[in-house]
Amino acid sequence: MAHATVPLTRRRFLETRRRDAWWVQPLVVFIILTSFLIYATWAAFQNAHYTFGPYLSPFYSPEIFGNSPHAILGPKPGWWPGWLPFSPALIILPFPALFRFTCYYYRGSYYKAFWADPPGCSVGEPRKTYLGERYFPLVFQNIHRYFMLFAVVFLVILAYDVWKALWWTDPLTGQVRFGVGLGAVILALNVVCLGGYTLGCHSMRHILGGFRDQFSKNRLFKAPYACATCLNTTHHRWAWVSLFTVAFSDVYVRMCSMGIWYDPRLF
Amino acid sequence: MANATFQIWRGEQGTGSFIEYATPVSEGMVVLDAIHDIQAAQANDLAVRWNCKAGKCGSCSAEINGQPRLMCMTRLNELDLAKPVTVEPMRSFPHHRDLVTDVSWNFRVKKKIRKFTPRRPDAPDGTWRMQQEDVDRVQEFRKCIECFLCQDVCHVLRDHHLHEEFIGPRYLVHAAALEMHPLDTLDRREELRKAHGIGYCNITKCCTMVCPEHITITDNAIIPLKERVMDHAFDPIVKLVGLIKGTTPGP
Ligand code: SF4
Ligand code: SF4
Ligand code: FES
Ligand code: FES
Repeated sequence: MAHATVPLTRRRFLETRRRDAWWVQPLVVFIILTSFLIYATWAAFQNAHYTFGPYLSPFYSPEIFGNSPHAILGPKPGWWPGWLPFSPALIILPFPALFRFTCYYYRGSYYKAFWADPPGCSVGEPRKTYLGERYFPLVFQNIHRYFMLFAVVFLVILAYDVWKALWWTDPLTGQVRFGVGLGAVILALNVVCLGGYTLGCHSMRHILGGFRDQFSKNRLFKAPYACATCLNTTHHRWAWVSLFTVAFSDVYVRMCSMGIWYDPRLF
Repeated sequence: MANATFQIWRGEQGTGSFIEYATPVSEGMVVLDAIHDIQAAQANDLAVRWNCKAGKCGSCSAEINGQPRLMCMTRLNELDLAKPVTVEPMRSFPHHRDLVTDVSWNFRVKKKIRKFTPRRPDAPDGTWRMQQEDVDRVQEFRKCIECFLCQDVCHVLRDHHLHEEFIGPRYLVHAAALEMHPLDTLDRREELRKAHGIGYCNITKCCTMVCPEHITITDNAIIPLKERVMDHAFDPIVKLVGLIKGTTPGP
């Protein structure tokens, strides 16, 4: 039967006939990400209490310039502009921050929670215009794969930090001895969670074989692709757990360094 | 038998309103059963599209309590029957009558995607040889029943009406099935980026959540396609490697 095409009607902002609490998830995402951002920014500007014994907070690792013994190139360089606040964290944090910012999973979550685009599935949107990730600025989200490569480098550095966290220098004798404190376990756990997050990244999955149409032609990609795919199915969980462990590792080192928490020696 | 109340969208060509019907319901019923009972006893002229009643033909898509779902696969015991259940047509397609929408836009979109083009047959009898491991990935996409619930929920179509610029999740799944197919020889990345508008998808995963076939649309089809488009269009390193090797990355 012939009929005229009826124009579609737009829904008003937040209009929906959904009955469930669709707003809970974006709200929780908003609260967690905002809290993390506030804490991480505050912690990055502190430039203090980021080491304790052999521990180095992951927010400050690698410490390129800085005052702690972990600094690779020594203290703050003379050429550092006076007007620019200095902290070892500020030099390196943009990399992991942009890695998370451009992560496919976080993108989907914060577009909902922070930008209401859409606020929830089948819930009306506030804006009429929409460019998506097709045009500037969001087309830049496509550089995620480069930040992923940086994240792999950071992962190796943080793993090395865990190794270093096992060697304690006696302040009196200067002797270096092996010892496992709770802090080292926390730092190690953080590396495991960051590893689960980074290795299950969509760009990683692509590079490790997703780009191929035939695995049978080259066996090299089969197992790595299967591993990345396996981690990728729970990528959202790794994203949240690793966000928590990285923040908690900083809190732990900070608290020990400030003398508020005591770092129990396990053996 | 207990009674349940349904508010069903009645009207033509985009106009209309919810009309309330009370109907007896019993254990094991699905929304489509109740709609059929109402049609038989109270509203003979109620327009509703359906076919298989088994979740396999993709005809009975509608919005039940605001959620895009198949009427034949939504059991009444999943719904709160203390309140009236709303049943309305899909939002992303032109309204026809009552619960029926005109989904023909989807078929036009499908024609825009270049067809499966296999390599030359592997055997003299005109057949091909494939390994299971090479088709594992695309088999998921072949479960699609073309119910268009994913198209309905996708905000790019639903709220922004970019039907001319974006092919929607259903056809990104279709394109992924072709692009990742071990026998297919075409490269559709350029049109995916431009004419098919893959960049409009902001990976908010609403399509994945409504798919009755549980196809992991966003993670397994759209994002891998975005990565392939990235190789093709944006990645200078991949371009450089391609130049050196004299190839384009792909199969
Ligand atoms: S993930 Fe992309 S295609 Fe799916 S509903 Fe969201 S915007 Fe649409
Ligand atoms: S992908 Fe899923 S939701 Fe979309 S049309 Fe196919 S079966 Fe329906
Ligand atoms: S997709 Fe989440 S880290 Fe790459
Ligand atoms: S009637 Fe066939 S899917 Fe519902």
